Amino acid sequence: MKYMLLIYNNIDALMSLPKDELDGVMGDVDTIMTELRERGELIGGHALAHPSQTKTVRVRDGAVATTDGPFVEAKEQFAGTLLIDVDTEERAVEIAARWPDARYYAMEVRAIMHDASTEL
Amino acid sequence: MEPIEGLLRRLAPQVLGVLVRRHGRFDACEDAVQEALLAAALQWPQEGVPDNPYGWLITVASRRLLDELRAESSRARREETVYVQDVETDVAGHDDTLTLLFLCCHPDLSGPSQVALTLRAAGGLTTAEIAQAFLVPEATMAQRISRAKATLKASEAGFAVPASEEFDVRLRAVLHGLYLIFNEGYTSLRRADLTAEAIRLTRVVHALLPNDGEVTSLLALMLLTDARRGARTRADGSIVPLAEQDRSLWDREAIREGAGLVERALSSGPLGAYRLQAAIAAVHAEAASAEDTDWREILVLYELLERIAPNPMVTLNRAVALGMVHGPRAGLDLLATLDADERVSGHHRLFAVRAHLLDEAGESTAAREAYLEAARRTTSVPERRYLEERAASSSRRTRR
Repeated sequence: MKYMLLIYNNIDALMSLPKDELDGVMGDVDTIMTELRERGELIGGHALAHPSQTKTVRVRDGAVATTDGPFVEAKEQFAGTLLIDVDTEERAVEIAARWPDARYYAMEVRAIMHDASTEL
Repeated sequence: MEPIEGLLRRLAPQVLGVLVRRHGRFDACEDAVQEALLAAALQWPQEGVPDNPYGWLITVASRRLLDELRAESSRARREETVYVQDVETDVAGHDDTLTLLFLCCHPDLSGPSQVALTLRAAGGLTTAEIAQAFLVPEATMAQRISRAKATLKASEAGFAVPASEEFDVRLRAVLHGLYLIFNEGYTSLRRADLTAEAIRLTRVVHALLPNDGEVTSLLALMLLTDARRGARTRADGSIVPLAEQDRSLWDREAIREGAGLVERALSSGPLGAYRLQAAIAAVHAEAASAEDTDWREILVLYELLERIAPNPMVTLNRAVALGMVHGPRAGLDLLATLDADERVSGHHRLFAVRAHLLDEAGESTAAREAYLEAARRTTSVPERRYLEERAASSSRRTRR
């Protein structure tokens, strides 16, 4: 089953952690990425640029309005994704729980829609 | 002449069997056979199929294997020399497919790992083909396969037919693995190849164990289910439920063969879960229309199935049959017993079946709510669309 893990954080607050703690965070990320790769569970993932660099695009009455900054004003912003293919939802939740941002902020586990269907 | 792809898939397990019995080292042999298959797939269409394709594959695969073993031993700075014995190319009458399936569907492997390894080692599919079928990058699938092989190595799983006291349990695991492959193919239009591959491998097992009722029944179940392929989805990919399928689109030849197998399995050995599932599929297949379906017989078969293989999904199906025989209320009462069962209480199918029975009972408002809840819970795009359409037609009835 495929899941997208959505990473939420406050990147400025995260980056101002003491060096040791930040190194620990990066180390945890490396450990999980290696494990996912070795187990053949990793499909892909991306870290997103700083939220201040976001362009929010709206079209109203046919006119395009582009503003700087994220769509939703919040201290915590969507920071990146991890796309995985795992045997169970429990495994997806386990990975999310070990991702360091879950300790400081939150992770979302979202199932990916597919085109397979059972006969109803 | 047999198409090259089919020939390669048929020979793949035979070639692998010879190598593994000669050299051990399933993981290295399996890689070598893959390389030989790839070489054949590239060369044969250009240069023609060799007179003895089987011998050709064994020779090429052995050479690759030895290259690999030599590289390994020099890496390890070992003194011993590795050499190849003359390759025997005559193992007529011997089929290693089943032995390989026992290994690929080893109980220490997860279902998805069994599927991937079986398709590659026993089915002769390339990693790229398997990756494409499951919509993952090739590197991811390659890693999954090599991890499965490492698990087998750690379990010291040998290339041998299990001893008689273990045989039945291990054969069940093989049949389950084949069933998983079939299901992967049947549920997705994009992966129809896997259905054919599962049927092909099950045919091989059936030919080797013609008197095993469960093997015969699994083959029957696959044929009878696959017979409905052309009717179960519309051109746009939307779902047609069994009751509304155009039965003239069902594959009569597959039904005839499947029903014949169901009949044959009747007299063989103890009752098994595949025998009952195949019998249910046969009752559907032989009904001229949805109205003509013998739901009483289906209900009896589901009761038996629930007794020998209790499972909340079987209970769900029994609720549908119960609704057809004794009315929707009886079906709804049975469903209520599943609400406390964690394995199914949040599953979209529970809500979908409840919605259907509520609809039949004339409770359109409640039916609509249940359809919408099922639509929210499924991760399948066509199922969500179907369930939303059902919700909309329930509410149209409410307004009327």
